[in-house]
Amino acid sequence: MSHMIIDGIKCEFENARNVLEVALNNGIDIPNLCYCESLTTYGGCRLCVIENERGGIEAACTMVPKDGAVVRTNTAQLREFRQGILQLLLEGHRTECATCPQSGKCKLQDYAKRYGVADVKPIDYCREPIDDSSPAIVIDPSKCILCGKCTRTCLQLQNVNAIDFINRGNETVLSCGVGYKLADTNCTSCGQCAAMCPTGALTIKSDAARVWDAINDPTKKVAVQIAPTVKLGIIEAFGLPATAQVMGKMVTALRLMGADYVFDASMSAYQTILEEADDFKTRKKGGTVLSSYCPAWVKHVECDHPELKDRLSAAGSPMQICGTLIRRKYPDDDLVSVAVMSCTAAKAEALREENVKDGKKPVDIVITTQELIGMIREYGMSFAALPDTPTDNFFAQVTGDKCKTPVALRIDPDKCIGCTKCARRCPVGAITGKAKTAHVIDMDKCIRCRTCMLGCPKDAIENVSLDGKTRVAVVNGLANADKLLEKIASGEEKYDFVEVMACPKGCPGGGGQPEECIFGKPDRSTGTFELDFTFPEQPAELVDVKTFVKGKNKELFRVR
Amino acid sequence: MPGIDYAFIDSVLEQHGYDKTRIIAIMQDIQKQYRYLPREVIVYIGEKLHMTPAKLYGVATFYKNFSLDPKGKYVIKVCDGTACHVRKSADIQQAFYDSTGMTPDDSMSSDGLFSIERVACLGACGLAPVCMVNDIVHAQMTPKEARRLIAELREAEKDEA
Repeated sequence: MSHMIIDGIKCEFENARNVLEVALNNGIDIPNLCYCESLTTYGGCRLCVIENERGGIEAACTMVPKDGAVVRTNTAQLREFRQGILQLLLEGHRTECATCPQSGKCKLQDYAKRYGVADVKPIDYCREPIDDSSPAIVIDPSKCILCGKCTRTCLQLQNVNAIDFINRGNETVLSCGVGYKLADTNCTSCGQCAAMCPTGALTIKSDAARVWDAINDPTKKVAVQIAPTVKLGIIEAFGLPATAQVMGKMVTALRLMGADYVFDASMSAYQTILEEADDFKTRKKGGTVLSSYCPAWVKHVECDHPELKDRLSAAGSPMQICGTLIRRKYPDDDLVSVAVMSCTAAKAEALREENVKDGKKPVDIVITTQELIGMIREYGMSFAALPDTPTDNFFAQVTGDKCKTPVALRIDPDKCIGCTKCARRCPVGAITGKAKTAHVIDMDKCIRCRTCMLGCPKDAIENVSLDGKTRVAVVNGLANADKLLEKIASGEEKYDFVEVMACPKGCPGGGGQPEECIFGKPDRSTGTFELDFTFPEQPAELVDVKTFVKGKNKELFRVR
Repeated sequence: MPGIDYAFIDSVLEQHGYDKTRIIAIMQDIQKQYRYLPREVIVYIGEKLHMTPAKLYGVATFYKNFSLDPKGKYVIKVCDGTACHVRKSADIQQAFYDSTGMTPDDSMSSDGLFSIERVACLGACGLAPVCMVNDIVHAQMTPKEARRLIAELREAEKDEA
């Protein structure tokens, strides 16, 4: 292993891309606005400047680490340099920190405070109008600092390239081209650009105000469904232990705010799997079947691979199915159906015509985990201290219906150390086993939400083909999916089923999650052994879904 | 404005083998035909080459040589490099504006004949002040000469008609 000396600290490294990575990996926080390890190096913001032994200034993100090199990250010269850069950036940035949706998590704001930048007047910011045409993402060019993280995310991670820089020099601006607005483009609303944006130039469109309006309208009833991955974001935001059970607290919180019914959408996720499995059985002979529950992926196929549209599974998404069930249970027109999702593309999905069943949209308003966190904070409750309240779920998972899902999750018994983290994270109690012994996943319960994967310290959970014969692939990120599709088209690879999640970490790291979920490193600590953990059993009086919809599941839960 | 001949666009794309990496050459060929890059064409070649309007627009707006606004039949480039600048190229540009009835905001004169651009050095400082009309260099210009040039081009157009 090589090492270099950063600020007098011996930092070991191996295969590091640049000095910035070496420093960050060793706990030295060099400021940076345009760098992300999953993207190409841009070297644009120049904030990560460091001083080499000869007093020369270099950008840490483009400097190749050499064995024995000595650099400093904080000197009088660098401080002045950084202050100057921040001053220039702030002069071209419409500063409205009190009301900006990014306030508090804005890196520019953070660095300006950190380096004591004072006396800046925003004079030369971009006058292009705000683009709020997309149901999920708002572009405000007046706050853009041209770091290029969003454009690289859109191109390199998602192969979408809906946004790019136009013009040159002083006149450079983020744009969708030819006068298009974001809604006119092939943008999939995955929200990863907004997650990357260090300022408030790209933000998730907030629908929290619409939820408050519905809650405060005495003529309306509000039903809220919560996606299984939301709890990960809630745990991060309120600083709870990684294995905390928060569903009951979320129900209490929403009830306190004034929601009338609260549902756990985990159940409908299972229904999606059942429909998908059933649909797959009848279609696998015709070629590769593509999963359909990720709305960003569906939009991507429609825009950029229209020839593959009919290969998408017919199954509706968990949100669509849960919403349809809620509408069936409460058919009154005064019911407002709200969904809390880790996903930003769900905001666009809610508007889709094919989701309409019984003449009604299954979901009226979609809010992301971040918006729910904001609402909890706005209400001013102490979330960690809230008691548990059971959900209003009136339906149960279909049991005994041996699911023939093509893709399944499996715990590798050789890797599993029995730390119980996955079992305690699983929203449906599909993972069982004793502490310190290998765990198993019950396929008749698993909803493939992958919440367990994000918690596993040993990467023991893998995607497998359930019957061992069906050839399945699971891909995260649309660019990765496109590469796989190319290989399938050329005959280089053969798959019967391909499951795609647009976000790099899948749904647990969706665009609507707090940044810890999207960029956080997996928790590698293995110290949470507890006694046998049992998930609460479902009450027996629940109706199963098929009985509830009187066998009309195909009609209601399929959208293609 | 004449309609877009998509068969022509297809033939350009064909010539370049529908190769994304030749996008600049493709745009140059299209611009040669229309004297600018019509918006519809950008969308069209985007669909054909699987490139987004954002990317194509990014390329087209990066290079000064590409125009997204219609251009006149005669594109007049008035040099404003150092040598031309000190020899009062601004006066020459003004003479062009006056005699064509254009303002600096117009991309084309109302008769569709002229476009006026101010460019950095044309590389003929010894002949300053210089301007170019399409591919022809006019040396040691004066405002009077500029007015005469416009009148001459107008006359030539009339004869052609």
